[in-house]
Amino acid sequence: MFYIFCPYCDERREEEEFHPSGQAHLVRPTDPESVSDEAWGDYLFFRDNPRGIHHEMWVHRLGCRKFFNITRDTTTYEILETYPMGEQPTITAETARVRREQGVQTADGGWQTVGAQPENSTLNEETSS
Amino acid sequence: MQRYSGFSLVKHALSHHENWQRHWRNPTPKKRYDVIIVGGGGHGLATAWYLAKEFGITNVAVIEKGWLGGGNTARNTTIVRSNYLWDEAGRLYNHSLDLWKGLSQDLNYNVMFSQRGVLNLAHTLQDMRDVQRRVNANRLNGIDSEVVTPEQIKEIEPALDTSKRARYPIMGASWQQSAGVARHDAVAWGFARGADSLGVDLLQNTEVTGFKIRDGQIYGVHTNRGDIEAQTVGCVAAGNSGVLANMAGLKLPLESHPLQALVSEPLKPILNTVTMSNHVHGYASQSDKGDLVIGAGIDGYLGYGQRGSFPTVEHTLQAIVEMFPMFSRVRMNRQWGGIVDTCPDACPILSKTKVKGLYFNCGWGTGGFKATPGSGHVFAASLAKGEMHPIAAPFSIDRFHTGALIDEHGAAGVAH
Repeated sequence: MFYIFCPYCDERREEEEFHPSGQAHLVRPTDPESVSDEAWGDYLFFRDNPRGIHHEMWVHRLGCRKFFNITRDTTTYEILETYPMGEQPTITAETARVRREQGVQTADGGWQTVGAQPENSTLNEETSS
Repeated sequence: MQRYSGFSLVKHALSHHENWQRHWRNPTPKKRYDVIIVGGGGHGLATAWYLAKEFGITNVAVIEKGWLGGGNTARNTTIVRSNYLWDEAGRLYNHSLDLWKGLSQDLNYNVMFSQRGVLNLAHTLQDMRDVQRRVNANRLNGIDSEVVTPEQIKEIEPALDTSKRARYPIMGASWQQSAGVARHDAVAWGFARGADSLGVDLLQNTEVTGFKIRDGQIYGVHTNRGDIEAQTVGCVAAGNSGVLANMAGLKLPLESHPLQALVSEPLKPILNTVTMSNHVHGYASQSDKGDLVIGAGIDGYLGYGQRGSFPTVEHTLQAIVEMFPMFSRVRMNRQWGGIVDTCPDACPILSKTKVKGLYFNCGWGTGGFKATPGSGHVFAASLAKGEMHPIAAPFSIDRFHTGALIDEHGAAGVAH
């Protein structure tokens, strides 16, 4: 059960008043007519699905009915911050890694596999064989 | 492999059942395989078994980071049916249902497949139209399915509240007699034992940490037990597919959600069949042990925690009590969550990728168990031939760019 802080109501309320609405900070292509099928498909269907820090949109549907954003860890389910629409998160996968290096450990071994890290790509680089 | 039979049961009884063979070996990884399957759940093990049995490729490794069948195979509500709306999905799930029918004999392992039928209830006029449309589509595709009236439903499942007094009175249902349930763990174990006996290496506690890719061609994987090489790699990792895709520099249109289920204390036999209601939003069947096996919708947020929120459990039980008022005082024994990889169109992805030799079988979302043998069979055929099997071809990842989606949100059932 989440206990969520609504940045508009300025108080913590129970999860049942809220509804998750998917990934935050998606930008609709400004000129849909000129967008390729590839880019349009990416915009419509492809989402970040990280094991770790995720920025997501929620709506306070039984409260003020406004949308806002949450930064949450998808392995520990810990809510790290909530912030209104239009603002940027202060905690990202990168800053969270700093937090991990400083020795902050949450339940479930939450930091060990923070996903969507760019350095994962180095695993794919050629090794002499 | 020791064959199981009535005779072997008697023979082993003489030695107090102390000399049964282990189900499978625990081998050391080789340096090279012809094919690597990443993910040792039902679908991965089925893929390995069909690769070895039907296509003669036995130099295969199944790499599993935990233990075999410990993910969604161990966590689902064991329902098997094929009454999907669209031709492509109907073919895929019905292919699977056909394989289920002979599976215990094929594997020499009792998967306890019981064709006790599935009811999909309709509570509104629109529900009835959807049911009729789906039944008609099913019949055109050779899937046994019929529309039943509340009186017939009462015959099939007397425990259901079919009265007019219900908050959401039942107006009818679709009925698939050939659907049913199977013993989920036995499916994983049967495939694992079968694959192992044909020479497949099942590598447990081995986690893939990266892919070896050169000039757009895969040639192996990095694991926590060293590098393993293969020109063909099939990823069948359910909820963790997105994490694997990320390692290969790919993106999948998947979102991983917790899906919860629960079982009650064991009761005497009361449910004859599987009952699902999209509208009231719950489904229930009874296991051979006697527990009511109950499930419902996913938790709406992303989660890899294999657990969900209590409000979802509460909504689920409200739905069950609405359908079966007599269960209002039944106590629930256990509750758990699995990570399901949901696709935007509620259909799976069986696809090649832009990396040559790297295949994905994922996105089964909330309904993968029923497809276990069919998914394994068509995926094995695709890996063996390097070309997607005709049944699997429409489920290419390209459909999210071409627009040829297969929208199964209705038939995918309650969870969506």
